[in-house]
Amino acid sequence: MTARASLGLRLASSAGLVFLHFPLFIIFLYAFTTEDRTYQFPPPGLTLKWFGIAAARADIWSALFLSVQVALAATAIAMLLGVLVAAAMYRAKFWGRDAVTLVLILPIALPGIVTGIALLTTIKRAGLEPSLLTIVLGHATFCIVTVYNNVVARFRRMSASQLEASADLGADGWQTFRFVVLPNIATALLAGAMLSFALSFDEVIVTTFTAGKEQTLPIWFLSELFRPRDRPITNVVAIFVIAVTTIPILLAQRLTAGGDDLHGGGK
Amino acid sequence: MNQSTSQPNLPRPNFWRRASSLLYEKPWLGLVLLLAPPLLWLGVFYLGSLLNLLFYSFYSIDDFSGQIKYDLGFSTLAQLFTSSSNVDIVTRTLSMSIAVTIACAVIAFPIGYFMAFYAKGRTKAIWYLLVLLPLWSSYLVRVYAWRLILAREGVASWFFDTLGLRPVLDGILSLPVIGGPSLSSSYLGMFLVFTYVWLPYMILPIQAALERVPKNLIQASSDLGARPAQTFWRIILPLAVPGVAAGSIFTFSLTLGDYIIPGVVGAPGFFIGQVVYTQQGAVGNLPLAAAFSVVPIVIITGYLMFVKRLGAFNAL
Repeated sequence: MTARASLGLRLASSAGLVFLHFPLFIIFLYAFTTEDRTYQFPPPGLTLKWFGIAAARADIWSALFLSVQVALAATAIAMLLGVLVAAAMYRAKFWGRDAVTLVLILPIALPGIVTGIALLTTIKRAGLEPSLLTIVLGHATFCIVTVYNNVVARFRRMSASQLEASADLGADGWQTFRFVVLPNIATALLAGAMLSFALSFDEVIVTTFTAGKEQTLPIWFLSELFRPRDRPITNVVAIFVIAVTTIPILLAQRLTAGGDDLHGGGK
Repeated sequence: MNQSTSQPNLPRPNFWRRASSLLYEKPWLGLVLLLAPPLLWLGVFYLGSLLNLLFYSFYSIDDFSGQIKYDLGFSTLAQLFTSSSNVDIVTRTLSMSIAVTIACAVIAFPIGYFMAFYAKGRTKAIWYLLVLLPLWSSYLVRVYAWRLILAREGVASWFFDTLGLRPVLDGILSLPVIGGPSLSSSYLGMFLVFTYVWLPYMILPIQAALERVPKNLIQASSDLGARPAQTFWRIILPLAVPGVAAGSIFTFSLTLGDYIIPGVVGAPGFFIGQVVYTQQGAVGNLPLAAAFSVVPIVIITGYLMFVKRLGAFNAL
């Protein structure tokens, strides 16, 4: 194997990256266009006025507020449950271990629409009214695996002798968790939480089933996607959403830098 | 002082200490305690919901009142096979999922290959981020971007006009099946958007699988006289199969269940996800929606078994 990639490989891989990023650049550009009725390219002129108009919209603020609430609550549940599974799974060999793995990845391996309608049938049967609570229940379900993936990788790198040493030195279970385990997994847990927040903040397919009349930011966006009413405002919200999901990813990446890779592949 | 006689010099063990001794002696107990809350959540709430969904697919709708009849039967599931339009929907969705998966693998492979073998240090970190960011930036926004690109007055149109390639575009669009009146209302356009949106899911597992190929294996192959092409086809590619299989779980399953992209771009024909969505919402036929959502469950379960044999689960 040569030290330098062949021209063909460099072209093919760079072209792939351009393909991945060009549409994001287009989103960025359109937030500034002066054209408000069509998607005319190139934009006839550039302006900043849509940012002010979008910021004055109450419906967007309330949708944003709901999305943040949901993402925080779902992430909190996922952090707790994800750490518990990771702690159980990283070393132990037990009957049914594969089944547990399967149940963990099923919410992301099955299409969102299946998860969505399955939860909807349960909500209907349980006689629950779709609300903030039902959205959170749905989101937490598929956020668990994100936290789990990040934390379990860190657990595997932690040596068991640390726990034994802690016990030998007289620490009880809580002290060992607080002063040995937690510092070890903290950054991985936080990285998992960031990803989980981004995942929940952006989720739309399951949410359309569990939200009822509630409107999260992605649901607001979806209605604009199907029936465009406020094109320039949609463009501005688009950039904003990208920023809100990008920042946690960059932070998560920093948190895990120098050690294991960020486990964000299985969104 | 009221000390116990058996431990004259030790303080009485507190709750946490007794708990940790107990857990040390009985490791299974710790396991049960750790797994109980998450498994209750996933097992009861999630698997229970899936089971419930399965039950709904055996219910049917009363033709006169439009109410759900809670009697188990096969009449709703049978509609999937007896109505030719329903069969068409399943075939259409399946073909699109396969095409998108293949396209993603082809585009992703060189990127993963470059990242695994040639990008070092800082370059590698940057490439990793450049793949991760589109993956995690909003799905809806990325679909929306393609509405801007594919619109009649949008970027793609401008690009073809400026380069004088309009006849080429018209030629492609006049092809049967993949063509249509415009890019944004053809299967070709839908295929582009699907491929774009799921591509990062394919790159990361391929890169991870290639990363694990032992470098000395490649060295050995060339020492034994293999040409680079031989090393690629006989050593590297077989070892990359688990990565491709792992990535294909996502590209395949996500395409199979999506209802938003076929609604925003593409030809009028329905996809499974759209049927599920409209049947439960506008039409109010929850049993038929449930029956349709059983299709992806069955296909994906079969698919998971198939890719498990290719080693996909170890590459996830």
